Amino acid sequence: MSTTAFLTDSTLCIGCKACEVACKEWNHVAEDGLEWSGYSYDNTGAVGASTWRHVKFVEEPPTPGVGGNSGEQASWVFSSDVCKHCEVAGCLEACPTGAIVRTEFGGVFVQPDVCNGCAYCVVACPFGVVAKNKEDGRAFKCTFCYDRQKVGLEPACAKACPTESIKFGEINQLRAEAQERLQALQDRGMQDATFYDPTHTSVQGTHAMFILRGDPRTYNLPPNPEVPTVYLKKGWTSAALAAGLLLGGTLLAFLTDGARDGR
Amino acid sequence: MSNEPMSLPEEPDLQRELRLVELRREAESRGKVGVRGIRPEGAPFPKASPETGYYEIPLLKPPQWTHEIPLYFFVGGAAGAAAVVSAIGHYVGADRKLVRDARYIAAAGAVISPALLIADLGKPQRFLGMMRVFKPQSPMSVGAWTLLGFGSAVSAATFAGVLRERYGPSFPLALIENAGEAATIPLGLGLATYTGVLIGATAIPVWNQNVGDLPLHFAASGLSAAVGMLELMGHSKNRALQALGLGAALFEVWEGIRIEGRSHTHLDPLKHGISGAITRVGGALSGPIPTALRLASMFAGRERASSLRRWAGASAVAGSLLTRIAWLRAGIASAQDWRQPLEIKPDPQSWPNKHPEFGTPSKAAKV
Repeated sequence: MSTTAFLTDSTLCIGCKACEVACKEWNHVAEDGLEWSGYSYDNTGAVGASTWRHVKFVEEPPTPGVGGNSGEQASWVFSSDVCKHCEVAGCLEACPTGAIVRTEFGGVFVQPDVCNGCAYCVVACPFGVVAKNKEDGRAFKCTFCYDRQKVGLEPACAKACPTESIKFGEINQLRAEAQERLQALQDRGMQDATFYDPTHTSVQGTHAMFILRGDPRTYNLPPNPEVPTVYLKKGWTSAALAAGLLLGGTLLAFLTDGARDGR
Repeated sequence: MSNEPMSLPEEPDLQRELRLVELRREAESRGKVGVRGIRPEGAPFPKASPETGYYEIPLLKPPQWTHEIPLYFFVGGAAGAAAVVSAIGHYVGADRKLVRDARYIAAAGAVISPALLIADLGKPQRFLGMMRVFKPQSPMSVGAWTLLGFGSAVSAATFAGVLRERYGPSFPLALIENAGEAATIPLGLGLATYTGVLIGATAIPVWNQNVGDLPLHFAASGLSAAVGMLELMGHSKNRALQALGLGAALFEVWEGIRIEGRSHTHLDPLKHGISGAITRVGGALSGPIPTALRLASMFAGRERASSLRRWAGASAVAGSLLTRIAWLRAGIASAQDWRQPLEIKPDPQSWPNKHPEFGTPSKAAKV
């Protein structure tokens, strides 16, 4: 049983959305309505309850050398977004029912038969991934194709990807591959190629890493995502102080009040 | 059809012709035309860049809770504080009717709270999911168990108390009533404070940046609501309640100063927009207004003082409810602000999520 991961290489992505379709077909996820968001060729704008893979279209004015375009047309960078499957996952920590679990492959999985729809995971995710299905009430996100991994298959999106932009494999191997790829890209003159895997914050790295061009913020990837459990200590300290004040204040108020019943 | 060249209308539109003449006059006299021309709907269009994120689409998902949850924060907070007032009042020998009424508030809250949570979850059996595990690292789990324990303890104590009043004291009843009452103190304190940790320990900036304040703020809000309810129930001459109400109101004044006196971007939803307006009205009703009314009642005659305190109580109850609604709405507004999690310094002119006016140089234009 190895710890697995995605490495999504946006320099190879052609924006075909095969990953979105494959994900929907394999996981029986409802369609989102084939409407254009108006932001390049993006449909839904973000991952959501019925969008577990989401291709981002970063469209920019003609920039020779980006996206292999002619320098006359708009330049595009595509990047297929997905649940990050955090090493320390905010949703998993927050879930009060135990519906969200860590699988033997290292992924974060929401058990649909256990989820009770409290939506606390939605506000606990620093990446805005987990979403509540409005009709059903429960929370949904990428399962990391837990069912497929169980029988030794790669996730549907990785299998359908025609350019191997979505790589799937053992996590440390992919991390090493990412460094090699980054070096290769930079050697080829893509000085803005970056690797996104926030190991420096409380998230402690992800099981869905990205190779991007330029600042990760362009792709709505936060520079310093934090697991909300980091706020617990301060919160419970304040709660203990509040409880102490409430208790002490009530005692004091009644004890100093002369007009006691006394019976 | 759409490929046909635009043709002139057969009858010239006088208005539009006059407008062309007007433009010509302006150009002749000033050497330029001041107006902006046609602005496409939604322009200037958001871009994907390090300064604008991904087309200014919010990165975080907003809280999904609707009105049940702030209502629960209000009811649960008041019930928790009322239980503490009831139990402590009982131990130190306060007015018996006050002790009983406070317990009734707690008991009512213990019934209404789970009903609100079930309404939020959609199906009653879903609430049982909360009872599958106990997770100390999840404030939602801690809170669900606290509420369950609180409900059991308060119901047992209240029921035993009612039986005692009807059929006279007996040892088993006294045991249940006292044990239940003793348990409501820690559980009530937990219920009145945990909701602050619940929303504080999230990815929502306005909540997690105030995690140190929220439990104190919510406890004060719960206490002032419980005191206000008791005063409205006729305990408007009790001096202990006056002291508690004044203490809570003064704390809320301080909390208001904390919010208004600092200028952090994460506090913006508490100052701007609808969430800001509700925060301010709720804050005024929780802090300065009851403080002033309570201080005035100290110098008023007996009947006048009682009336002023009932007004203070009503203000505090309304303030507590609005405060809880305000914090949820602020959380939703905070999640919409894409700049915060991306650590992009917001343009003070364009909060929340508004595009800069057409024609002014925008950060987005520099791509």
